[in-house]
Amino acid sequence: MAAQIPLQNDSDFRSTGPSETEIVHFDNVGLRYGTDREVLSNISFTLFSSRFYFLTGASGAGKTSLLKLLYLAQRPSRGGIRMFGRDVITLPRDKLPAFRRRMGVVFQDFRLVDHLSAFDNVALPLRVSGVREADLREPVSDMLEWVGLAHRAEARPATLSGGEQQRVAIARAVIGRPEILIADEPTGNVDPEMAVKLMRLFEALNRLGTTVVVATHDVHLLRKVPESLIMRLSKGMLADPTGALRYPPRREGIRGAAG
Amino acid sequence: MLWVIAIMVMLTVVAAAGALALSNMVSAARADVSGSATLQIVEPDPQQRAAQAEAAQGVLAADRAVAGFRAVPEEEIAELLEPWLGTGENSEAVPLPAIIDVEMRSGVQNADYERLETALQEVAPDARIDAQSEWLAPVLSALSALKWMAFALIALLASVSAAAVWLASRNALGGNRATVEIVHLLGGSDDQIARIFQRSILIDAAVGGLLGFVAGILIISSLAAQFAALQSGMVAGGSLSAIDWLSIALVPLFAVGIAVYTARMTVLSSLRKSL
Repeated sequence: MAAQIPLQNDSDFRSTGPSETEIVHFDNVGLRYGTDREVLSNISFTLFSSRFYFLTGASGAGKTSLLKLLYLAQRPSRGGIRMFGRDVITLPRDKLPAFRRRMGVVFQDFRLVDHLSAFDNVALPLRVSGVREADLREPVSDMLEWVGLAHRAEARPATLSGGEQQRVAIARAVIGRPEILIADEPTGNVDPEMAVKLMRLFEALNRLGTTVVVATHDVHLLRKVPESLIMRLSKGMLADPTGALRYPPRREGIRGAAG
Repeated sequence: MLWVIAIMVMLTVVAAAGALALSNMVSAARADVSGSATLQIVEPDPQQRAAQAEAAQGVLAADRAVAGFRAVPEEEIAELLEPWLGTGENSEAVPLPAIIDVEMRSGVQNADYERLETALQEVAPDARIDAQSEWLAPVLSALSALKWMAFALIALLASVSAAAVWLASRNALGGNRATVEIVHLLGGSDDQIARIFQRSILIDAAVGGLLGFVAGILIISSLAAQFAALQSGMVAGGSLSAIDWLSIALVPLFAVGIAVYTARMTVLSSLRKSL
């Protein structure tokens, strides 16, 4: 059964217990592109360490925009965002790379570097972090082994299947042991069997202490991770997390469920 | 990019060699003619001419501004004029002037020339004294202008090279936008991304610089051989010193420096526009 997500106000946060550490806090965040209407409005939530979150919502609900704010590819138009205890809105941009290195991101379109092999794509975050070549061979090989692609280490992304590319993208996202893993529709391009496998990978990572945020519009995926917390976006607003899209559907309030 | 830098370095090496050679030529010519003067006595009557020359030498010997003088023998004058007048025996038909090379003391002023001219007029009315620097002044001025044009050309080439690298860096950045973005999102800093572009430009600039330098040296050597064949004293004054060659050898290094710095600044300024 999926657990409750702590949301919206301080009284909700208290229900999460004192042992949990705040990783991300959004406070009344709004986002608009140019002069268009807001694609995200009044978004407030807190993500805690070692928890597994699903971000659901129909296509166009604003999931990708919210994730962009999470992985610091976008600044909000208004509101505040705190990450790892620091206000990232007022943070100088030269300090942002250090925050990004604490995250792993699986992009919806994978965003593998075409001219690099699977090995080099997975090694990229380590190289960016300044890990010496001699020290990255083993962890990258192990990671490729973990996602079942050791035999495809030298293959270029163009020669990999969609599922293989997805696993390379996941391996790249987790190779640096991020504190938070953000995945945008990670099962969108794979068959159901592979989707289950990927969820198992995320769960394994979550058990190792990584906070996981998976954006998906596939409600059937939610049942694969019973301990997950669910956020639902609808028309740019964060909907009541106890709404009908949760699995299994529950009607009781957040405090009731937490208690 | 490699060939653009090679061509720019080649042109800069040739321009630098030209500027330095002209600079040396002007300096050497100025040093040669400063304090030198030519005294001519244009008198058709040989006896009158000889008498005036004798008297003029007396005035020169007595003047405090004159360091020394030498009456140029008639044979030497005839030899100098041979290409124009031929070797005819009838020197009476085309009378040659008497010429005295005069060496003035250092720091000589126009007033010294004027005083000397007045003194000469009294004993040798057909004498005329010309400071060599005066009649060479337009030539030296033209050479000096050429020298500065060559230096301006070097500055222009450096600017064009920087502009070419700027364009190339922007194109490379545009062409690799997706990769740059992903490296950024994986935590790559501006400095790390700039270094990737710098390294790429550095290799192009180093290879291009070397090729351009070799081509430039070949052109200089060829031009030097052609000028040396002129056997002109003034051209010989334009030969390059060891310091000049060292300066020319620095051209490709400066080109590499400009290219790498421009690439870095271009990439950093472009990245600053992103989050």
